[in-house]
Amino acid sequence: MPEQKKLKIGWFSFSCCEDSTIVFVELLNDHYKEWLPLLEFRHVNVLKSKNELSDIDVAFVEGAIANDKDEAELKEIRKVSKKLVAIGSCAVKGNPSNQRNDFDEEKKKHIQNFVTTWGLNEKVKTLKECVTVDDEVDGCPMNEEVFLNVLNKYLKEFGVVNA
Amino acid sequence: MHSVDMDLSIDKISKIEGHGQLDLKIRNGKVEELKFKITENKRFYTKAIEGKPFIAAPSLMSRICGTCSISHLLCCITAIENALNYEPSEQIKVLRKLTTYGLMIRDHALHLYFFSLPDVFEKDSILDFDPNNKKEHDMVHEAFAVKSAGNNLSKAIAGKAVHAPFPMVGGFTKIPDKETIKKSITELKEVRPLVFNLMRIFEEWPYALKRKTTFVAQKSKDFSFMDGPIVTTDGETIDKDKYTDYLERVVIPYSTATGYNFKKGNYFVGALARLNLNKEALHPNTKKDAARFLKWFPSDNVFDNNLAQAIEILHAIDHSIELLEKTEFKPEKLTIIKPKKCSGTGVVEAPRGTLYYKVDINETGVITHTDVIVPTQQNQINIEHDIKHFVEQNLTLNKEKMALEIEKIIRAYDPCMSCATHFLKINWL
Repeated sequence: MPEQKKLKIGWFSFSCCEDSTIVFVELLNDHYKEWLPLLEFRHVNVLKSKNELSDIDVAFVEGAIANDKDEAELKEIRKVSKKLVAIGSCAVKGNPSNQRNDFDEEKKKHIQNFVTTWGLNEKVKTLKECVTVDDEVDGCPMNEEVFLNVLNKYLKEFGVVNA
Repeated sequence: MHSVDMDLSIDKISKIEGHGQLDLKIRNGKVEELKFKITENKRFYTKAIEGKPFIAAPSLMSRICGTCSISHLLCCITAIENALNYEPSEQIKVLRKLTTYGLMIRDHALHLYFFSLPDVFEKDSILDFDPNNKKEHDMVHEAFAVKSAGNNLSKAIAGKAVHAPFPMVGGFTKIPDKETIKKSITELKEVRPLVFNLMRIFEEWPYALKRKTTFVAQKSKDFSFMDGPIVTTDGETIDKDKYTDYLERVVIPYSTATGYNFKKGNYFVGALARLNLNKEALHPNTKKDAARFLKWFPSDNVFDNNLAQAIEILHAIDHSIELLEKTEFKPEKLTIIKPKKCSGTGVVEAPRGTLYYKVDINETGVITHTDVIVPTQQNQINIEHDIKHFVEQNLTLNKEKMALEIEKIIRAYDPCMSCATHFLKINWL
């Protein structure tokens, strides 16, 4: 029997409440048996310590980008991933993590000391403002059905299951 | 031993909710520097909510955290209703308890099975559990079954397990139907026996870290996580509206989250505190069937937080079954509450400990100020003290083992970094 090919995935999070990470972990309740032979979890910090940031087929990235360090990390993820999928509203549209982008002057003044001290950028960015994004799963938290469709699409595209 | 030198940096603490780091410097057998850093970027929720109508506030504030969003939702609702002098009906109180129980089952199960159980089995991840090994296979199956029961209870009562749409200021937008309730009861009864395996595992796990600290929790009469005075193991009882007299804010220069002391001393909030202070209030069926496990409490072993969470899962199941079986749910319209200039406090027990909300509302119903204190902020200083205590007792460990053991201590607290960094006032020292 030839060895079952696996889709090498990563799951990453930046500025957000990690609601889609929770939804993803809850989806495992129903899909774990089906996914275990099909997915290789290369980098999923919420589930494991020994993670590999290399040779990823599909990176699922949750959250918005609030500072240069996170942007550099996102670019590194992009570099080692064949496809990158923005997960959830903060990654796709920026909000609600980008609420401070629309703060009035008084509110901005109130948070400025913190923004400067912690090296936050003046504007919170969506993923596609920083890197090429291949697919988007919007929602707060992400829409489960759309996520499953995207995952199934890549399982076929990478030849893990028959098209 | 006294010549031990070590520089240890854990860049990304794994199997926790959110982002954290740790730096440790040992010189000549002494801990010179220990920094437990919460590195989550702040998202300024308490500032963003200013100027928004109170009716919209709970749903937005629940976005502070994905995993305990229901606690934020209900605590914010409670604070607003208290401010407006609105007393919810008994049916709404029951629905809020059930919503909380769904959260406790799912969230504790996530922590115990997915984050802590690999430590017990000396595996990196639950993903590494061997499907051909019966014990490991069964644990994975049980993990999903229990987690799923909590998830489904939240969905049935509150519409969703994450950012639930039904609970609002003034009630619920939807009351569960008979078929949904029947299904929930069946599922909860099915998973109940599995929780005993979980309790046994954490009872038998020989890990211990003991250090004298103060435990603080809200003491509700039926252990429903929703009301009651705040009590401590030092024998104090505090009215919820007076919490600011006791909690002392501490700016931690290397952490994006503000820490807290209780009357200038570090303290512990969470399941272990609740069991230490209020185990008599657990559901009668839980007290009867988990008597063997309850004997461990009160405990000052931080790893008993795991066993305490497992017992709370059982209680949440038992009380949910009782509430679902005996309550005749009737249609009830959402109450529209007239705005007025007012202030109010809400306190609930979130999965990781006591959660405080304080809101100010103006005469048009707009939020003018909010203060939020979450459990992980309160535990932050205690975690650091515990790690220091552990390191000083275990200086002979090599770097890899030291990192592994420190991560286990942090995980026992089940910290939530997303919650801890919503934004608070900053007084730079």
